[in-house]
Amino acid sequence: MQISFSLNDEPVTVDVDPSTLLSDLIREQLSLTGTHVGCDTSQCGACVVHVNGDSVKSCTMLAVSADGGEVRTVEGLSKSDADLHPMQIAFRENHGLQCGFCTPGMLMSAIDLVKNNPDPNEAEIREWLEGNICRCTGYQNIVKSIIAGAAAMRAAS
Amino acid sequence: MNAVVGIGSSPKRKEDARFVRGKGTYVADIKRPGMLAGVFLRSEHAHAKLNSIDVSKALAQPGVKAVYTGEDMKADNVGGLPVGWGITDKHGDPMKEPPHPPIAHDKVRYVGDAVAFVVADTIEQAQAAAEMIEVDYEVLPAVVGLVDALRPNAPQLYDDVPNNLCADWELGNSSAVDAAFENAAHVASIELVNNRLIGNPLEPLAAIGEFEFASGRYTLWTTSQFPHVVRLLMGEMVLGIPQHKLRVVAPDVGGGFGVKQFHYAEEAVVTWAAGKLGRPVKWVAQRSEGFVSDAHGRDHVTEAELALDEDGKFLAMRVKTLANMGAYLSTFGPNIPTNLYAPLLSGVYQIPSIYCEVKCVFTNTVPVDAYRGAGRPEATFVVERLVDMAAREMGIDKIDIRKRNMIPKEAYPYQTPVIVEYDSGDPLGCLERSEELADVAGFEVRRAESASRGKYRGLGISTYIEACGLAPSRLAGQLGARGGLYESATVRVHPSGAVTVLIGTHNHGQGHETTFAQIVSDRLGVPFEDIDIVFGDTDRVQFGMGTYGSRSLVVGGAALSQASDKVILKGRKIAAHQLEASLEDIVFEDGTFSVAGTDRKKSFQEIAGAAYVPFDFPLETLEPGLEEQSYYDPVNFTYPGGAHFAEVEIDPDTGIVTLERYTAVDDVGTIINPMIVEGQLHGGIVQGIGQALFEHGVYDPTSGQLLSGSFMDYCMPRADNFPQLVIEPHSTTCTHTPMGVKGCGECGTIGSPAAIISAVVDALKPLGIAHVDMPASPNHIWNIIRNARTPVAAE
Ligand code: FES
Ligand code: FES
Repeated sequence: MQISFSLNDEPVTVDVDPSTLLSDLIREQLSLTGTHVGCDTSQCGACVVHVNGDSVKSCTMLAVSADGGEVRTVEGLSKSDADLHPMQIAFRENHGLQCGFCTPGMLMSAIDLVKNNPDPNEAEIREWLEGNICRCTGYQNIVKSIIAGAAAMRAAS
Repeated sequence: MNAVVGIGSSPKRKEDARFVRGKGTYVADIKRPGMLAGVFLRSEHAHAKLNSIDVSKALAQPGVKAVYTGEDMKADNVGGLPVGWGITDKHGDPMKEPPHPPIAHDKVRYVGDAVAFVVADTIEQAQAAAEMIEVDYEVLPAVVGLVDALRPNAPQLYDDVPNNLCADWELGNSSAVDAAFENAAHVASIELVNNRLIGNPLEPLAAIGEFEFASGRYTLWTTSQFPHVVRLLMGEMVLGIPQHKLRVVAPDVGGGFGVKQFHYAEEAVVTWAAGKLGRPVKWVAQRSEGFVSDAHGRDHVTEAELALDEDGKFLAMRVKTLANMGAYLSTFGPNIPTNLYAPLLSGVYQIPSIYCEVKCVFTNTVPVDAYRGAGRPEATFVVERLVDMAAREMGIDKIDIRKRNMIPKEAYPYQTPVIVEYDSGDPLGCLERSEELADVAGFEVRRAESASRGKYRGLGISTYIEACGLAPSRLAGQLGARGGLYESATVRVHPSGAVTVLIGTHNHGQGHETTFAQIVSDRLGVPFEDIDIVFGDTDRVQFGMGTYGSRSLVVGGAALSQASDKVILKGRKIAAHQLEASLEDIVFEDGTFSVAGTDRKKSFQEIAGAAYVPFDFPLETLEPGLEEQSYYDPVNFTYPGGAHFAEVEIDPDTGIVTLERYTAVDDVGTIINPMIVEGQLHGGIVQGIGQALFEHGVYDPTSGQLLSGSFMDYCMPRADNFPQLVIEPHSTTCTHTPMGVKGCGECGTIGSPAAIISAVVDALKPLGIAHVDMPASPNHIWNIIRNARTPVAAE
C-alpha cells in the first residue's frame, strides 16, 4: 500500500507491503543505512528513530503506521560536519562511541531523553538506556556524553 | 585542527566524523547491482544423521534461484574449513582434526549446523522457501557437557575420534610439581567452571559474495577482523580461488571481540554461490541465528591446586582443565585453551613449578574459539581464585598473600616455568596504587554500613598478566601456528606531503584511524588532518594478519613506526641531494630536513614534492617517489598486567549483586592516545563483569538446544548495571617494541571476572561460602544463600 510521511523534513511517498517494518523501509527501500539492526527481539536499540518527535524502536513498528507522520533518523540530525547536533558533538568529544554500531540508536534515545528531561542525572541516564545495548564502551563514556550533550542542548535552547 | 598531533595526546577520533552521522558503511548496508538474498536452513537437532534432503518444493517457490546442500558443495570439490593452529598431544600425536564442511552432509552435530542455503530475489522469498525444505533427520543422542562427553558410554560425534577427545595436551614439569606438592606445608585446591559466553558484537555477522566474469575475480565483503587471512584460508583451502583472483573487503565492522576473527562457513558459501549464479549473494545473520552460528567463548571445567610453604609462599601449581571445542574445530579453537592459557598460569607471581594438562573435547554445541582475552581470562580466573582460596584457608590476608608472592619489579625480565619470559612490569606498584584508589582502608566501614541495612558487602581483588601482541612467528610456529603473525604497513607520501597509510590490521572500534595517524604525525611531522589510514581491503592493503590478541598497536604500530623510519631515511637522501650535503649531515626534526649546523633546510612537504619531480636526481643512487613498506615480526609477546578491586553489595532477599565500586590500575606500556586506552579498558572491564555477573551460554543437557539463544535469555550488560569505573594507568615500558607499547584491548576482560567473584565470595563470607561459579546471577546467588548450611545474619 502507499504511504506518505515526512522523513528528515523531506516528504516521502512509497509503496510498502503491510508487513514491512519501519527499519526495513528506512534501510532497504529508502537506503538510509544509519539506522542499524542489531537484534530480532526488540532488545538492542540500534534501530531507534524518532516518530512524531518520540524515540521508537523502528524494528518494532510497521512502516504503515508512520503514514502521515514525521520520521527522523540519525541522518536527519545534521546536514553537514559543520552543523552537528549538540548530542553528536558530545558523543565525539567524550569518546561515547567505539565501533559506532549502537551510536545512531544511542543518539536518538539520548535526544529524546533530554527532550523529556533537560537535565538528567547519571542514574536517570543509565535507566533510560535500559533499551540500548552497547557492547564496546561499557557505557561509561556514553553516560558522560549524554550529560555533556544535555548541557549543550540546554545552552542552545 | 591542522596541526601535528603527537604521541600521548587525545585528539578526537577521525572515524567518529562518519559514525555520529550514521555514515559508516557496514556490510549489511552494502547493495550490489543484481544482488540476491541468501538464507541458511539450520539444524534444529543437536546430533542427527541426514538421511535425505528434499529441496524440490523450495526450488519451486517464487523468486528462488537456487537451493544448495552440503552434497552440492562436496560434489563441486569444496573443501572443509581449515584450522589455523594445530596442537600436539602429550604423547606426541597430532590433535584429531575432523573435516568441517561449510554445509553439513551425512550428519549434523549441533543446533545451528547449516543444512542448506537458499538464494532468492528477496530475503522474504528465501525465508519462505527455506521452510519448504524437507529434511529427513535420524535423531541421535547428543552430549553437550564436558564431563559427560568423556564418559565411556557418551554419544560419539565422530567415528574416528574416540571418547570425543580432540587432544590431551600438557605443559610443564609434572615430576617437579609432584615433588613440590609432597613437601608443601599447605595445599589449596579448587574446582571451577569458566562459563560459556556468546560474544555478541552488536553488528551481527554478514557477508556478500560477488563474481565478475570479465576478470574472473571474486569479491567477498565480510564482517571480519582479518580479511587477508580469510582470503588465504577461504581462497586456498576451501574454494580453490587463487589469491590474485580474490578480493576480501571488511569495511566498517561493528565490534569484533574475537567473534569475527575466524573464517566462517557463511563466507565461503556466499562466495561459492555467487560464482555459481553469476550474481552477488548477500547473507545477514539474524541475531538469534548468530547465537547458534557465531563461535562461542570460554567453557572450561577445571581442577587446580596450589602448594604453599608455611609462610604462604607459592611452591607449585597443578591445573587440569577440560576445554570445550564444540562440534567442530573453529579457526583457532584448539589454540585458545592450550597455548594462550597454560603459559599464563604463573600470573604475576613467582611459582617455581607449574604443570597443566588440558583435554580438548568435542561436544554437540556451537564451535568454541577466541573471545576477548581468549585463554588468558580463563588462566587468570584459575590463578586468582586459587590464591584467594589459599589465603582463606591459611588465614592470610588476600592482598598480603599476593604481595608476598609477586615478581618484584627488579626481577624482570622474568622467566616463568611455562615458556614465556616477561620483559617488564611492576605488579606491586599496580597493586599498591589500586589499593589506594579503591580505598581498601575504608572498606570495613562501608561493609558495616551495608550490614546495617541487611546487605552483604564484599571486597574482591584480582591481579593479572596477559601475553598479547600476537605474536613472534618463530615461537608461534613452534607452538603449532600454521602461519606467521607479523604485521605490515605501507606509508605512502603523496607529492603534497599528505600521507596514506595502508595497514594490515583492522579497525572495528579500537580507533586505529586516530592512533595510527598520531604515530605518523609524530614521526613525520605531518599534520594529523593530512593522514588517512586505510585497512580492511585486500586489493588496497598489501598483506596483514588482522586485529586480535591486542596486536594492532603492538605489531601493526611497530610496522608503521619502521615504515616511517624508512620514509625519513629516503627523505634524508632526497634532502641531501637537494641541499647538496652528505646524507650523514642531514637531520630530520619536527617535520624539517636540515643540514646540521646550518640554516639550510627543506620541509617534509617540499621533499615530498621533490620526490615526484626528479629532474636532476642521480637516478643510479636515488629513485623517485616517497613510499615505504615494512613488515614487523615481534621478538616476544608483550605483557600488560594490573590489579583490580571490585566492591559489591548483595541483597540476601533477592540474590541481586550490585557492583558498587570498581578500580583498575593497569600497565599497558607507552600510551599513544589516553582517551582511547581508557575507552578500551572501560569496554573490556564491562565485558568481564558481564561474564562474572550476567552472561551464560546454557544448553539443555538432553536435547542439546541452546536455552540462552536471544537477548531475551542471554543477559547482556546494560547501562544501569554499572557505577562509574575508576581507572588509572601505571605503566612500565615494554623493552622490545619500538614505542614501548604493550596493548590494552583485553586487559579489562582478563582482570575483572576474578575480581568480581572474589568480591561476591567475600560478601558471602558470613555464610561460609568459599567459591561461587559464574555468572553470579540473582537466581544463582539466591539459591546459594538459601542453601547455605549455617546461615547467620549479616555481620
Ligand atoms: S534492532 Fe530494533 S531493538 Fe534491536
Ligand atoms: S560503540 Fe560498538 S556497540 Fe556501542
